[in-house]
Amino acid sequence: MAVNIITAKDITQRVFNKQELFILDVRNQDAFQDWKIEGQQFEHLNIPYFDLLDGVEEILDQIPSNKEVLVVCAKEGSSIMVAEMLSDAGREVSYLQGGMKAWSEYLEPVKVGELKDGGAIYQFVRIGKGCLSYMVVSNGEAAIIDSTRMTEVYTTFAASIGAKITNVFDTHLHADHISGGRMIAEKTNAMYWLPPKDAKEVTFEYQPLEDGNSVTVGNTKINIDALYSPGHTIGSTSFVVDEKYLLSGDILFIDSIGRPDLAGLAEDWVGDLRETLYTRYRELSEELIVLPAHFMIIEELNDDGSVAKKLGTLFAENHGLNIADEEEFRNMVTGNLPPQPNAYQEIRETNMGKITTDEEQQREMEIGPNRCAVR
Amino acid sequence: MNADKVLDAKGMACPMPIVKTKKAMNELQSGQVLEVHVTDKGANADLTAWSASGGHELLDTQGEGGIMKFWIKKG
Repeated sequence: MAVNIITAKDITQRVFNKQELFILDVRNQDAFQDWKIEGQQFEHLNIPYFDLLDGVEEILDQIPSNKEVLVVCAKEGSSIMVAEMLSDAGREVSYLQGGMKAWSEYLEPVKVGELKDGGAIYQFVRIGKGCLSYMVVSNGEAAIIDSTRMTEVYTTFAASIGAKITNVFDTHLHADHISGGRMIAEKTNAMYWLPPKDAKEVTFEYQPLEDGNSVTVGNTKINIDALYSPGHTIGSTSFVVDEKYLLSGDILFIDSIGRPDLAGLAEDWVGDLRETLYTRYRELSEELIVLPAHFMIIEELNDDGSVAKKLGTLFAENHGLNIADEEEFRNMVTGNLPPQPNAYQEIRETNMGKITTDEEQQREMEIGPNRCAVR
Repeated sequence: MNADKVLDAKGMACPMPIVKTKKAMNELQSGQVLEVHVTDKGANADLTAWSASGGHELLDTQGEGGIMKFWIKKG
């Protein structure tokens, strides 16, 4: 039997289409428990490759023969070895090209909607890590919000639709992933905007992003309106695009809310978070479509793979927006926090320009899930 | 630390460091110590986990200049 090669893009389609897949993950148990490939119809079996060096006979009865089987490891080397052993035993299996490294870095562009003037807004779904970034396109110009470090994906995409990147934004100083914003701005001569309250320690030039700033993309005035919305960080800023989309950064997600502790003390910022979610956002139109900077669980994906929901629906359904008692809210967001993202301090320092790291180090820093939310 | 055997697995990518370590370990007697040198970062967690699952004892680890050294006592 031949061993098939499956790409991160192929698996993303299986996630979006809710297809079945049996994943034999041959990384060590700690790595598997920390982070794995999630899909609604995906089944997992974790057996470290080093327990299979003498053969796979003992696990054959645990591998279904009536389902697509994918072998996964950190980079791909061990999954090829195990896939070949399974193939020699008569099974048809695939391995994930580039392993979890490729899974972590893959971005799938999904069109989330049209703009009034005929432009469009695209969501780049970083399916393996749960990061979401955006491209607003109008009349040959593009703005990028919360880009990942895989900058070529955006520049290539913009070129493919004939758009010039003119503005690049980060809604806040990220702690879970390395921003590609500064690099894209340098490569394309675009303006790089950051909230100044998050940028006090940065070592590079940037355009301060303040409440009420309005930026036009294209000739036809697609306004990107900045709304100061602190709580995840002190500078966190949201955008209303084309009076229709609310880019909520790491403040509000579909099924959870932002955590206030990654850049300072949760106790200090919980009041800001409450104010943003329960007062500022309440003043906005419930018809706005919320486009967050993360998803946490695969169930937050819509059928087309996008992550988006009306603000009014979130007011009704998101638990974090429905805690009437302020003390109870305070306890939830300060007492119930998940572990912090891997290497979040080094990631913040990289995003500030304080430390310079190579691609391999950046990969290591970003390993694992994003963990920016509290539920 | 004194080792009964030294394995140079520098420059090897996963899964080779573990494959070679397992082979080298097969040639040792119980209680003897294998010293392993690797450069693949993933080998760190995997050697630790492999030692535990195989009943071996990881005595010490050291890292400098991108090279990690492991001392594993055969169980």
